[in-house]
Amino acid sequence: MVAHAASPRALRRLNLYLGSFLVGVLLLAALVSFVWLPHDPQAMDFGVQLARPSASHPFGADHFGRDLLSRVLVGARSTLYVGFIAVGLAFSVGSLLGALAGYAGGLLDEVVMRLVDVAYAFPAILMALLLAAVYQPGTLTAMVAIGIATVPIFARIARAGVLSLKEREFVEAGRALGMRHGRVLFRHVLPNALGPLIVQASLSLAVAVLAEAALSFLGLGTPPDVPSWGNMLKEAQGFMTLSPYPALVPGLAIVWTVLGFSLLGDALRDLWDPRA
Amino acid sequence: MLGFVARRFVTALVSVLLASVVVFSALLAVPGDPAAVILGINATPEARAVLSRKLGLDVPPVERYVRWLGGALRGDLGESINYQRPVSALIRDRLRVSVPLAVGAALLACLLAVPLGVFAALKRGTLWDPLLVAASQLGAAVPSFWLGLIFILYFAVQLKWLPAGGFTPFEQDPGAWARSLLLPVLALGLGQAAVMTRMTRAAMLEVLSQDFVRTARAKGVATRGVVLKHALRNAMVTIVTILGLSLTNVFIGSIVIEQVFALPGLGRLAITAIGTRDFPLLQGEVLVYASTIVALGFLVDVSYGLLDPRIRYG
Repeated sequence: MVAHAASPRALRRLNLYLGSFLVGVLLLAALVSFVWLPHDPQAMDFGVQLARPSASHPFGADHFGRDLLSRVLVGARSTLYVGFIAVGLAFSVGSLLGALAGYAGGLLDEVVMRLVDVAYAFPAILMALLLAAVYQPGTLTAMVAIGIATVPIFARIARAGVLSLKEREFVEAGRALGMRHGRVLFRHVLPNALGPLIVQASLSLAVAVLAEAALSFLGLGTPPDVPSWGNMLKEAQGFMTLSPYPALVPGLAIVWTVLGFSLLGDALRDLWDPRA
Repeated sequence: MLGFVARRFVTALVSVLLASVVVFSALLAVPGDPAAVILGINATPEARAVLSRKLGLDVPPVERYVRWLGGALRGDLGESINYQRPVSALIRDRLRVSVPLAVGAALLACLLAVPLGVFAALKRGTLWDPLLVAASQLGAAVPSFWLGLIFILYFAVQLKWLPAGGFTPFEQDPGAWARSLLLPVLALGLGQAAVMTRMTRAAMLEVLSQDFVRTARAKGVATRGVVLKHALRNAMVTIVTILGLSLTNVFIGSIVIEQVFALPGLGRLAITAIGTRDFPLLQGEVLVYASTIVALGFLVDVSYGLLDPRIRYG
């Protein structure tokens, strides 16, 4: 016999609280890492190679005796840096393209949507493979690859929002008052279409964090000398039989972050559109 | 229906063509002389000239593209610099690893996600629903390659049940083949199952809230009949999309999983091609990946039309 659950509204609030908590702690950790770290994340200490968690190394140490807590904190910076810039890029470019396509219609709409279709054929990893072949693989290629792969979803959402708004009375009123198209679109239509885009930004951040970790793990992302969660997992792979901590700690950090952003995205969507 | 399929086919074809332009232009964007980049700084000018000719760099880009595309249409993607073998033959070899991996993972994801998603939707208002939603949310946040590492640690290293990596061809030993693919399929499929469970649940909830379901219930159709005959069939449109999406996701996800389990598939081939700057191989591979994604999208849309007449006549 299963008891009746709490009301959907209470569950939604739980999403919001838990998501905000996870993301809040993550952002705080990344900020704190600029001013304080328990150890130098690059300092090797062969006395504590692959050490278990202890008072001086709360998450243990890796195969070079480097402190895992310090590395995972610095890794948060790398991950968020790539994630925020990639999603920021996709948000601006995608929303602009989608909004213009939706507002103008006709040939522009057709061309933009075909390009969006093509971009769908290149997920982040595929784009990163292509960019890595041309330029040296690194943070920038990973960022651009994730960004390009994320553009289509923002373009689609912005286009749909603008399409449904542009027939509304307030837009007609603006035009009737003699406003120019640019002003109508950017001052009146786009701000009203922002809600779903912001929700998508949070959800896309979750995907971007996963993609960044995967790319660094493949050696196509953050360079090996900079601690990032994907790099840490790649290095830990060879020592898992000796100690599980170097693989467990960055993995759990990824789960924490992805869960945080996706819960927050879901909660924002519920706030914006309670019917969903 | 035929008109709908034809229209969608043309769109897909345009997408593949544009994708081929993107893939081809990548080589044009290589800073400097690609032959010098591939051979390194110690190469003689003669060696560079030979490779340049082999890559077709002495021909104008447009002509080179037309030749390359023509070859690709006939199944000829050029020759790999590193392996000295036709790219298409290399890809065909590696598909024997990547296809069973992706199909196995997608099947596993569907077999878990569809019943669980339907169950969660039917149990709305009980504790089961939020429990399943929470579990799928958590599952979707776990990176498949990390799950793979954990599986290796537990099932291969500690329990010694399954191999930690490597691949045995099916012809050689079907049992060993299955054992070599089991952990990678699980690692890849479970996360996807989590994503799909949520989508199936949402699709089911939407259908269950519609009038025809209420009518069927009011007419006294048993819950089983309502779910299997009315709701699930209508939710199929969404579920098929999810299946197509998940095939795409696992196909791309297999690139990372192959690296974790040292499987000699397409993904590993691509990573090696980057290390050796084997442009023809990489171009061929990326084109195959991108075309597969477009083709899956096309198949999803066609099955849409088959399942829901409103779409094909809309």
